[in-house]
Amino acid sequence: MAFQAGAEHFPHGADVGVRGIGHTKAQAFEQAALALTEIVTEIGSVVPEEAVEIECAAPGDGLLLADWLNRVIYEMAVRHMLFGRFMVTIENGHLRGRAWGEKVDRARHVPAVEPKGATFTALKVEQRPDGAWIAQCVIDV
Amino acid sequence: MDMSGLSRESETEWRLPASGTMRVPAVIFGDASLLAEMDDKVLEQIRNVACLPGIVDAAYAMPDAHWGYGFPIGGVAAFDPEEGGIVSAGGVGFDVSCGVRNLLTGLRRGDIEGVKKDLADSLFRNIPAGVGSTGKIMLDEREMDAMLEGGARWAVAQGYGVPADLERIEEGGCMAGASPDAVSAHAKKRQRDEMGTLGSGNHYLEVQEVVAVQDEAAAAAFGLRLGEIVIAIHCGSRGLGHQIGTEFLREMAVAAPDHGIVLPDLELACAPIQSELGQRYLGAMRAAINCALANRQILTHLARRVFGHFFPDRSLDLLFDVSHNTCKEEWHDVAGRQRRLFVHRKGATRAFGALHPDLPAAYAAVGQPVFIGGSMGTSSAIMVGASTRPERAFASACHGAGRSLSRHQALKRWHGRQVIDDLARRGIIVKSPSARGVAEEAPGAYKDVDAVVEAAHAAGLARKVARLEPVICIKG
Repeated sequence: MAFQAGAEHFPHGADVGVRGIGHTKAQAFEQAALALTEIVTEIGSVVPEEAVEIECAAPGDGLLLADWLNRVIYEMAVRHMLFGRFMVTIENGHLRGRAWGEKVDRARHVPAVEPKGATFTALKVEQRPDGAWIAQCVIDV
Repeated sequence: MDMSGLSRESETEWRLPASGTMRVPAVIFGDASLLAEMDDKVLEQIRNVACLPGIVDAAYAMPDAHWGYGFPIGGVAAFDPEEGGIVSAGGVGFDVSCGVRNLLTGLRRGDIEGVKKDLADSLFRNIPAGVGSTGKIMLDEREMDAMLEGGARWAVAQGYGVPADLERIEEGGCMAGASPDAVSAHAKKRQRDEMGTLGSGNHYLEVQEVVAVQDEAAAAAFGLRLGEIVIAIHCGSRGLGHQIGTEFLREMAVAAPDHGIVLPDLELACAPIQSELGQRYLGAMRAAINCALANRQILTHLARRVFGHFFPDRSLDLLFDVSHNTCKEEWHDVAGRQRRLFVHRKGATRAFGALHPDLPAAYAAVGQPVFIGGSMGTSSAIMVGASTRPERAFASACHGAGRSLSRHQALKRWHGRQVIDDLARRGIIVKSPSARGVAEEAPGAYKDVDAVVEAAHAAGLARKVARLEPVICIKG
């Protein structure tokens, strides 16, 4: 396939769009979560020393992506953690995920901004003609 | 923005007539250059808001409007519960009751110049700001519920402030009708150690100087004098509000078809005011308003402690506290008839004119203070609710400059260190845990706040009172 899996941002007036690109839907979700972390800090600065399990389910792919990212935001907030690695499986609208990361170290991570929530703005989960899966939405920061 | 479909009603008012599925017209306030700079999304979003059930009069966009979620930021819309009106989690947003409060110091610029650096360092040490910061107050389940019911009243009872503060806060510091039971365990857990924290993004604590007074009578009523120092605190309901927004947005989006609501944009997720879901959201959202009021009250206490160290004879009286992400039940005159409405203000400030019954006694003769926030290097403004008749946009005004560049674009254009150094050369000290965060919030990424203020003044939304310049900025 001519594309590469990856995480990227796209512009929004006041906030930040996150986009995951993957060979599978699940990989696009993993990449979207990496793009979420990249809003806060550089992925390379996060040591994956502790794992957190996340499960969610939704009636459609778009809602499932928003739920997944919102669960990651929730775990970041209550555990004061940043996550630098993700693993996702999706079956029949049910997502099982694992996020690896560490406690926020303000000196080392120099966190830029705190994500408030994943929105339904520019929310899209689809497969492009070249086979790449795209998972994206805007994050309110 | 493509203005070809708009009719110009005045120099600062533009109207999109109702068409298609729009139930009412859309009205955008601003001069021609502000509208030309606005994203096309603002027009698309305000048109979508005009399609929602039970909307009254018109869907309004303020002069600082920009692309938001469902509603534009700077959007105002009112809904009648007796006519199937809705309440929208998207119309309030994630940062419920985000707002600004201003404190009067009575100090002059010269009084703080000698201690400015130490004052900035002390504020930065004592005001928890940025990602990963926590407050010193840990609430157990019972205390959390008491805070969610009591708002700033709860905070004052705990010793964070004085009873006189409450008269200078919307709703007397306590939003009635809050329902802590409607707030999820996740939302409460997210707030557990976030009381008394500033947050990040565009939130700040600023020490500002009054550099111009445009309305002597209103300024005198507000206690503002040329050359004096005020403190502005901009933040909201922190993790609790974010989680409430997240959860109800989803629930309302999924339930919309059951309520017979066709959403023009999923982000406009809403429920009839009179439905169980609508009532539950209102209870949770009002609890989040109380959380924001308590949070700003605790931050006020922290700021007073710092200032008390440097200036022991100063009490830092509260000028006022206004929220700009809310839905509130209010009575308004619509075409000669008093109607009970649920007014959504998303990035917009309530701006009651003189003699409004909900004003505190101190401001009854002049009108409600309205705070227009800047961003580090840009000025801020204090306005007063206009007594325009008929009232404009359900007595609402703008809340800030609004972004002109995305964070993405700002990062490409500026480095945080460079922004901090440039501002230091202008005598402004910026303290932030994140240089990248400073770059994303660079003053140049925002619209000209003066143009926004002039347009709001000319449109009769609010009147100019004073202009303020930053001296110290603690940025989250």
